[in-house]
Amino acid sequence: MTDFALNDKAFDNPELEPIRAGFGRGLKEAGKKDESIVALCADLTESTKMHMFRDEFPERFVQVGVAEQNLVTVASGMARAGKTPFVSSYAAFSPGRNWEQIRTTIALNNQPVKIIGSHAGVSVGPDGATHQMLEDIALMRVLPNMVVIAPGDSVEAEKATLAIAKNNHPSYLRLAREKTPIFSTDDSPFEIGKAYVLREGDDVTLMGTGTMTYQMLVAANILAKNGVQAEVVHVPTIKPLDEKTILASARKTGRVVTAEEAQIAGGFGSAITEFLSDQLPMPIKRIGMQDRFGESGTPDELLEHFGLTGEKIADTVGEFVKKAHQYHR
Amino acid sequence: MNKLTVPQIEKKANEIRLDIIRMLEKAGSGHSAGPLGLADIFAALYFDILNYDPKNPDWPDRDVFFLSNGHTVPVQYATMAHAGYFDIEELSTLRKFGSRLQGHPEREKLPGLENTSGPLGSGLSQAAGYAYSLQHFDKVDSRFVYVMMSDGELEEGNTWEAAMFAGKYKLSQLIGIIDRNNIQIDGNTEDVMPLEDLRAKWEAFGWHVLDIDGHNVESIIDAASMGRAISNRPTVIIAHTIPGKGVDFMEYDYKWHGMPPNSEQAKEALQKLRSLNGKISHEGER
Repeated sequence: MTDFALNDKAFDNPELEPIRAGFGRGLKEAGKKDESIVALCADLTESTKMHMFRDEFPERFVQVGVAEQNLVTVASGMARAGKTPFVSSYAAFSPGRNWEQIRTTIALNNQPVKIIGSHAGVSVGPDGATHQMLEDIALMRVLPNMVVIAPGDSVEAEKATLAIAKNNHPSYLRLAREKTPIFSTDDSPFEIGKAYVLREGDDVTLMGTGTMTYQMLVAANILAKNGVQAEVVHVPTIKPLDEKTILASARKTGRVVTAEEAQIAGGFGSAITEFLSDQLPMPIKRIGMQDRFGESGTPDELLEHFGLTGEKIADTVGEFVKKAHQYHR
Repeated sequence: MNKLTVPQIEKKANEIRLDIIRMLEKAGSGHSAGPLGLADIFAALYFDILNYDPKNPDWPDRDVFFLSNGHTVPVQYATMAHAGYFDIEELSTLRKFGSRLQGHPEREKLPGLENTSGPLGSGLSQAAGYAYSLQHFDKVDSRFVYVMMSDGELEEGNTWEAAMFAGKYKLSQLIGIIDRNNIQIDGNTEDVMPLEDLRAKWEAFGWHVLDIDGHNVESIIDAASMGRAISNRPTVIIAHTIPGKGVDFMEYDYKWHGMPPNSEQAKEALQKLRSLNGKISHEGER
């Protein structure tokens, strides 16, 4: 049995909240517990929900202006001075614009700066492709020393924020703009580097990160009606991977589907594929953005168009299980 | 720290130059012109200006020195060795496998370094972050943050983001030093991408600007102390230097920016330095 306390309203009438709101609450809470926590923003304070910290601790908030390279390098210097800086912007700009500064002055320099990339994925919607960051998972997970987390809902985002506030490592937290269903509860566990089995099944493992975990759960319900019992594993920490949980589920079902609201090249699905190809090569299908950019539209239209809704994922998984044999079964 | 007199610092700078030549020759790669040009400034920093303890590099009351133009790190390594952070013999490991003296400085490899640098234009931001922390978070006014920049790296946009930031927050405990030697890899700075009017640019960003001869130890020390005395804005010292200073065949020649001396050139360079470019005869040469 899984010990992850799924929200009992998760499917019928889910409560909706943007993942970024959980970050806002978490940072304010972390700020109460630890005076070394400071927050910097590049002109997107309300949008990234950092205003909750700013309003509570104005003396520990620093406005950097529209200057993402300066945002992360100033934070690096503050970390050297003993602070735990959180820096927020849209993921397209940070780490999109300032990747080299993050590489040299935070990752290689090994400073515990917390990089918060909001508005990741196509569900940003009408702003269009420039603002729909899809490459951030790939950019950040290739950096040594960097921890990469994509929380599944706002409740988990709050816990993840509190966790990175005290992990003493460079860390990247990926957030989404739109309201999404809350599938976890206050009692659900969250630990950096842990994956969670949300639903058990024998036929295929569906591994989701960020906003896609909920869609995987929806897909699993649809698949069950068609006689396919899918196991759903939520993988909020993309780096370091919870190798034990991932391997155990993959071994059990013998075939894996991953989903992410990001480029499949270099992203979460790639991380799972790299790991399993080393340990237990088996059929794997990666759902996500297939080497193309997003575009303007409503979040629902875009998720539907790019095959990222529960229904579309159920179709893709249905096709996959018809073709792909289960590993050593 | 071990404070020296001005004549002693001048002598120290020449010893540092000798070590730079020896290190670079042994390494077989690295940058010659910048480090030689900065020897007087580094000697003044580590033997007068900075407050530090080489046996306790993370001493909480220390002044903080950030190197932004990481490629000039041989001058910092040589100066740190003379200042007592580690043995002079270790200088011969520069750029070698397993060495703490990486080709570009890495904070985690060598105690006493405050940052990792090499890619240009990020040091001022890091120094500004530290200075902001002292001044506005912790309200500690007894410590100062120094940052060395090259003139070529002022072409990086990141530098000006930091300049704007430091100006806005009046980071008076931040003192920048620009190595104004007018060269970069592809040629003279004013040909590659003109930087002038440098003074006007920094003033426009809200900085207190000083122009000095970067080989005059007394001027360097005075400028730093003026910088510390200014309490309402950051200070930048535009230090005019001669690239390759002390070795006449390297001086002013941008080709020596990214090149080490071979063994013959090193021998000649060491002679030039020992004799101060032929101005004095050295007993060892008779």
